[in-house]
Amino acid sequence: MFKLVKFCRSPITQQIPRYTARLLHVGDADVLSSSIDKNSAEFKENVVEMTTLINQLNDITQQVLTGGGTTAIERHTSRGKLLPRERINLLLDKGSSFLELSTLAGYELYGKDIVNSGGIVTGVGRICGTECVVVANDATVKGGTYYPITVKKHLRAQEIAQENRLPCVYLVDSGGANLPRQAEVFPDKLHFGRIFYNQANMSALGIPQIAVVMGSCTAGGAYVPAMADESIIVKRQGTIFLAGPPLVKAATGEEVSAEDLGGADLHCKTSGVTDHYAMDDEHALYLARQVVRNLNLPSTNSYNEKLLYSSQIANRTVNAKDLETIEEPKYDQNDLYGIVGTTLTKSFDVREVIARIVDGSRFTEFKKLYGETLVCGFAKLYGHTVGIIGNNGVLFSESALKGAHFIQLCAQRNIPLVFLQNITGFMVGRDAEANGIAKNGAKMVTAVACANVPKFTVIIGGSYGAGNYGMCGRAYSPRFLYMWPNSRISVMGGTQAANVLAQITADQRKRAGKDFTEEEANKLKAPIIETFEKEGSPYYSTARLWDDGIIDPANTRQVLGLSLKAALNNASQSTRFGVFRM
Amino acid sequence: MYTRLLRQVLTLRTYSTKADTKVQVRPINKILIANRGEIACRVIRTARRLGVRTVAVYSDPDEHSLHTSLADEAFRVGEAASASSYLRGQHIIDIAKNASCQAIHPGYGFLSESVEFAELCQRENIVFMGPPSTAIRDMGIKSTSKAIMDAAGVPIINGYHGEDQSDERLQAEAAKIGFPLMIKAVRGGGGKGMRIANTSEEFLTALNSARNESQKSFGDSSVLLERYVRSPRHVEVQVFADQYGDAVYLWERDCSVQRRHQKIIEEAPAPGLSEQLRRELGEAAVRAAKAVGYVGAGTVEFIMDKEDLSFHFMEMNTRLQVEHPISEMITGTDLVEWQIRIAAGERLPLTQEEIGRKGHAFEARIYAENPRGGFLPGAGPLRYLATPQPNEFVRVETGVREGDEVSVHYDPMIAKLVVWGENRTQALNSLIARLREYHITGLETNINFLIDLAAHPEFQQGNVHTGFIDQHFDTLFPAIEIKVEQLCKAAIALVLNEMQVFGSNASKNDPFNATPNGRLNYSLIKSYQLKANEKVHNVKVRYDKSTLQVQVDNGAWKSIKSERIADGDRLKIRANIEDSISTFNANIDGTEVTLFLDNGKLSFELVQPKFLSALSEQHSGVGGNKIVAPMPGVLEKVLVKPGDTVKKGDSLAVLIAMKMEHILKAPQDAKIKSIGGAEGDNIAKGAAVIIFEDEEAE
Repeated sequence: MFKLVKFCRSPITQQIPRYTARLLHVGDADVLSSSIDKNSAEFKENVVEMTTLINQLNDITQQVLTGGGTTAIERHTSRGKLLPRERINLLLDKGSSFLELSTLAGYELYGKDIVNSGGIVTGVGRICGTECVVVANDATVKGGTYYPITVKKHLRAQEIAQENRLPCVYLVDSGGANLPRQAEVFPDKLHFGRIFYNQANMSALGIPQIAVVMGSCTAGGAYVPAMADESIIVKRQGTIFLAGPPLVKAATGEEVSAEDLGGADLHCKTSGVTDHYAMDDEHALYLARQVVRNLNLPSTNSYNEKLLYSSQIANRTVNAKDLETIEEPKYDQNDLYGIVGTTLTKSFDVREVIARIVDGSRFTEFKKLYGETLVCGFAKLYGHTVGIIGNNGVLFSESALKGAHFIQLCAQRNIPLVFLQNITGFMVGRDAEANGIAKNGAKMVTAVACANVPKFTVIIGGSYGAGNYGMCGRAYSPRFLYMWPNSRISVMGGTQAANVLAQITADQRKRAGKDFTEEEANKLKAPIIETFEKEGSPYYSTARLWDDGIIDPANTRQVLGLSLKAALNNASQSTRFGVFRM
Repeated sequence: MYTRLLRQVLTLRTYSTKADTKVQVRPINKILIANRGEIACRVIRTARRLGVRTVAVYSDPDEHSLHTSLADEAFRVGEAASASSYLRGQHIIDIAKNASCQAIHPGYGFLSESVEFAELCQRENIVFMGPPSTAIRDMGIKSTSKAIMDAAGVPIINGYHGEDQSDERLQAEAAKIGFPLMIKAVRGGGGKGMRIANTSEEFLTALNSARNESQKSFGDSSVLLERYVRSPRHVEVQVFADQYGDAVYLWERDCSVQRRHQKIIEEAPAPGLSEQLRRELGEAAVRAAKAVGYVGAGTVEFIMDKEDLSFHFMEMNTRLQVEHPISEMITGTDLVEWQIRIAAGERLPLTQEEIGRKGHAFEARIYAENPRGGFLPGAGPLRYLATPQPNEFVRVETGVREGDEVSVHYDPMIAKLVVWGENRTQALNSLIARLREYHITGLETNINFLIDLAAHPEFQQGNVHTGFIDQHFDTLFPAIEIKVEQLCKAAIALVLNEMQVFGSNASKNDPFNATPNGRLNYSLIKSYQLKANEKVHNVKVRYDKSTLQVQVDNGAWKSIKSERIADGDRLKIRANIEDSISTFNANIDGTEVTLFLDNGKLSFELVQPKFLSALSEQHSGVGGNKIVAPMPGVLEKVLVKPGDTVKKGDSLAVLIAMKMEHILKAPQDAKIKSIGGAEGDNIAKGAAVIIFEDEEAE
């Protein structure tokens, strides 16, 4: 005791100003600074342009939300049936956000055939405290039949469920495969049959499979409830049979009504194909919630609707994270419109984007002074540590090496990765090749491919060439991938591609001793540029499910937060990297 | 005038000497309160302040009630029914003796005006905190009291109070008095056994009806006849007398506004009286008290002609009355304290000259009842209860807390709201403001009605009389119209109630809750069906980024910003609806959405999915083929048994609720499947009483 007092009074400690020690612990040194000028003409112009794109996105979304159109909706609802998104709203917990996936799937994909949302609504939402994947057929769209894009979207939803270990709830209301397109939906590996393969295998992995039969489930469709762990059927509305009345009559001459052939009474009382008997849609959705509630998952067990809605959430088991106050970004997310703009050739500092996504705009940068065209660092997203990789220009060898190193760090520490992709590609040219850009780029691609942590990609600008690979494009299986409406995706830029083809043609002509005029070159280039422009559009991409949806830049934080929360249902496993070519 | 004065002197002398011999000086330090509810709590409060220990008695349903928990000691007195509990005089006296109480405070109602109980107390040597039994008896029988009053020079109203109860005699007397006239049960009170005959043709019917009711209620069918004052006011004087023969008055109260012949709102002093008239009233009341050798707190009721302000003795209530607080408020006294001190043999704390009068006070009685349903009394749980903040000028006299039950067995009064102001206008403004802060759900109350009543221009003018409610019925009960703005508020309440959970850190940190109802690139639209006034309204709520958009019945979308204001657990909301800001409280309880607005409570029923009602029917094994209890009550009589076939309109059972019979009749030809209870059972509101066989077996 005596010694301690003496020590405290020692002249040395008195000399050290006390705040020095404090700064290290609570300072704002990690808060990103922002150097944007909101009053600049460029910023304002960018805001206008991006706002136009966002309005377009919202307008197209509104249009797609009309499903199969007024007449079809009228017919559907007049039978007491709810629309797919209404069903989902009732299925989810009060207030739960719904991370709807690929809302614009099928957009302008089948010419005159309008297949809004691909005829199926999928997404991640919370049911009784548990994040679940919901797959809901939209019977107003082509009778809920499966177009190729419908199959793809259904399978993608199941993939998300499997990768993130999310229970699946299928709200079935479908006429089965679209017969005129059966060749594109039936035979191949990733066609209709894969749905049931996935159900069986997910069930084997302990990922619950729940089916709610709210309309027809014909032929192949019959296997959705039949393969489910638990199933619900709505009386006088849901039917399940391998062959419908017309086919039965044709095959055996037996005349039978749909209800007698495969209605709720038959399947709940006689066949046992379904387990729960619902009086109407609302009842069925209530029963589905009850099923989820009894999955005996930690989240469902702690879920208490009554407590939740009598403001006594504090009575619930609280973990430390619940009590932390999570900082919102220090900068307005709407600034992103003015920062990014819509002209891809204009560059911006990706740190300005990061500052508007992560908690408190705090970002601890890694190797800031090395390979500066790739920005790597740690941040928190809704309190969870994530590694962020963003582009600030073309990838050089150093940038690729830095990226590979950073990904290794994250894999080692089980830290999810967020890629903010805005990349024209890896550096080209003799110097670059001589520096081994190919093998260094390959190191980053290897690291991305093998890192066994949840990965999330947002294409915030260009996504070209091998840059797409290094920055975790679709082929690298990020858990979720989104695009901003200003972004472009193609193997290279349209102008570059046109120039390349024009150059090749010019060379051929030259070898043949012919002329290749400026005019001819332009004539050759114009359609190529046009095609690239069209096919590079995020709408073209999202219609084909090359991504999980186009998002408003101002929602990036929320969408990444939802995706991360969903992904954390499947904790990272250990990573084993492939050979890094040194 | 001279003779009146002389009579006064005479009576004074007679009784003062008599009283002197009876004086008992006996310190009181422990009392038993033979009552329940607000009055028991009221007595306990003063007793505690005076250092007097209190003993409560409770019936079974009152075991956990407020008065039981406030008292220093509490003893069970019996079962729910008053006759088996609070009216068991001997048992209560035994409890008092065992608990070493020197006195019993009877409160009002129950044993407070029981001659037998007062006598019993005397025999058992327990102080009865009320007048001598003789005074109770004299005042309890109307004809006797009138005779005494007449002799004492207290103005009485013409009438027939004779022994001859033959139809012929009564008819003849009625003709003498003239019509309209009032037929009253001699032993009656509280409007029971009272009828008005407007013409001689009506007389016999009214007479028989009054006799029947009186016989049923009081076991005696004697009636008296009186002139009926068409626009009468009910003005009463608070008096106090001690055992030394001294008596004082504490000014008058106006209790004119009544429904079902029961008071609903009272004020002191009575509006529109001259100072001289007040003194005359007071002095007449003191004479009345002295004429019967009164001791303790009493009230002399007068009927006052609204036009010429002439007054006549009506009756004397020989107890501390419900509305005593307004007299306390204008005189700065505590009448319970007076009761205790006088019972202990002390002299009156103040002389007549010392009793001042300051400002104006109102009392509004908050009842579980349905004003729009003929003021039918109700019962049920107080699911949500918020009262105005009591202070020097605002008193909330109540015997219940949130979560308590207003029982079918007792008076359905929930509370008395007492306010004081410098003048009548101020007091009335305060009354309205405080009524708006009185928030109750779970059962029907008269608060909305009280607000409308207090705000009524004629009431504001002080133009009160006993027919006030009938006269202004249309303006007091305007047609209910649900406004779009009100539905918007209900929607806001629903949304904020859902959102409240999202305010916690745990939620803000959770992406699925951080943006409640978040959707990508579009806004979620939620639909609610809200039912009010027998009409279902469709309300849609769109969750836009910073505002809510609300659409009512496919009308225009209204832009709304709202926030919750800190008010403990209560849901208090500030809402900006289309650039107009207002603040209100709301409560959401299951499917009931209640708003507390300036004109009172407005409840909506959130229409539930169809399957829920279908499920509950399935659980009870009923196919909607049943008769449910229209109000909580006791199943008095079951007239059918399972298997009986009944015709439409047949009487099936009798339910007694709030001492009134309700006959349950068959809505159609049917066969009885089962009965929802046995005779004597308590039946909750909405419970199935009679269940029929399903017509079509599915």
